[in-house]
Amino acid sequence: MSEAVLLDGVHKSFGQLEVLRGVDLVLEEHEVVCLIGASGSGKSTLLRCVNLLEPINRGRIVVEGQEITARGVDVNRIRRRIGIVFQAYNLFPHMSVLRNVTLAPTLALRKSRAEAETEATALLQRFGLADKRNDYPDSLSGGQQQRVAIVRALAMQPDLMLLDEVTSALDPELVAEVLEVIRELAAAGMTMLIATHEMSFARDIADRICFLDEGVILEQGPPEQILSAPKERRTQQFLQRIIEAGRL
Amino acid sequence: MSGGEGRRSAVIAVVSTVVFFTVLGVLITHAPGWPEVRRTFFDWGQFKDSLPEIARAFLLNVKIFCIAEVFILVFALVLAVIRSLQGPAALPLRLLGIAYADFFRGVPTILVIAMLGFGAPALQLKGVPLSTTFWGIVALVLVYTAYVSEVYRAGIESVHHSQAAAARSLGLTHWQSLRAVVLPQAVRRVIPPLLNDFIGLQKDTALVGFLGSVEAFKQSQIDAAATFNYTSYVAAAVLFVALTIPLARFTDWLVLRDRRRRQATGT
Repeated sequence: MSEAVLLDGVHKSFGQLEVLRGVDLVLEEHEVVCLIGASGSGKSTLLRCVNLLEPINRGRIVVEGQEITARGVDVNRIRRRIGIVFQAYNLFPHMSVLRNVTLAPTLALRKSRAEAETEATALLQRFGLADKRNDYPDSLSGGQQQRVAIVRALAMQPDLMLLDEVTSALDPELVAEVLEVIRELAAAGMTMLIATHEMSFARDIADRICFLDEGVILEQGPPEQILSAPKERRTQQFLQRIIEAGRL
Repeated sequence: MSGGEGRRSAVIAVVSTVVFFTVLGVLITHAPGWPEVRRTFFDWGQFKDSLPEIARAFLLNVKIFCIAEVFILVFALVLAVIRSLQGPAALPLRLLGIAYADFFRGVPTILVIAMLGFGAPALQLKGVPLSTTFWGIVALVLVYTAYVSEVYRAGIESVHHSQAAAARSLGLTHWQSLRAVVLPQAVRRVIPPLLNDFIGLQKDTALVGFLGSVEAFKQSQIDAAATFNYTSYVAAAVLFVALTIPLARFTDWLVLRDRRRRQATGT
């Protein structure tokens, strides 16, 4: 099968609050899919479920042919193949940039420190961070920290990257450098599921845009169609609010 | 705040400090019993005579402190990790941890020392040491492990859960994420309160003297009984203070160094 990710009727509740109410979604290999929708529509929760940071209540998630939500799977093994980048970077503040990137390869993949450092240095080089390798996260700008966080996830050589509003915490002038990194990943063929508020970026990079509303994917299609000619009334209202906020 | 205002508050601080301590000094030295107190507590001759012997005894306090501290640091961390375990399977362990912490924080240290120091050797079990100092150390370890584990636990809980989430998302196991990501941050944050407990421990080593071990307090008691003069207590107090102040400065330095390093650009 060529599908990289399959979500089939995924339900997720936090206590009484039903956040995901039956999400169906397929990602092909090398496909970039952007999730848009209002705050609280379930975008972050959806990504965290795919990374198994949140257990789902009903449905199933299949990644590269393996049902990762099945009982008895090795969650650590699965997470190594799925990279996730968070809105707040979540770098480890007590470690240098290089150690942030090499930690998981050395501990989870049991690579030698030397091998991990060689690979990490190459990745940092590729994303213009080579001179920051010995710095600590607190001394970096938000944009640099987020790029390090992306490199940290890439160091595990994941099959799939999940990006959770990775530019939302950034000052406007720092957004571009992070989006540039994501563009490069897309060009290199990385399969990505991206939750974002950057509509113009989504239009630019996505093969497909999904509009998430109250825990279901209400509408999906090519960026032009979703952003310019949405069929659903809720999608139209959402985009209208975005336009009024000057974000499209 | 302007320079003039800064100077003004500095002057006020100096004047109020001088006035306060002058008044206090005058009150004490003009108290009816002051000549008697000065003779029995602040006798320079007695001080010089008793200090060398008390200092030698104080080495036992330092030894008790050092040995106990090593075990406390390790055991308390284990206890804190046990109490931070999640999931229903770990409930019995968590309950044991809670019971331990509640018990040893609730019972006065001197009682634990007395019960172990007098009780354990009385069992006359083969291989059980009879040394009062040994049992004093065991008692201090038991009590302080309970306190210090609470400090560690506060540190563990202060590390935002997103740090553990980031570690787990990279495929690290629970233990790997705890060891590499959560605990190093937790321990750094609690160094000041840890030191606070260790100053407490330094002082409580004097309680072991209750069992008969001749440490600084016991020695000063012996001196006081022999000379009918309490200056030896002051000598012991001076020694305790002389040890805690450098420890406090050392911790300040550690905290500062860590902060500087985290914000440093390594290039």
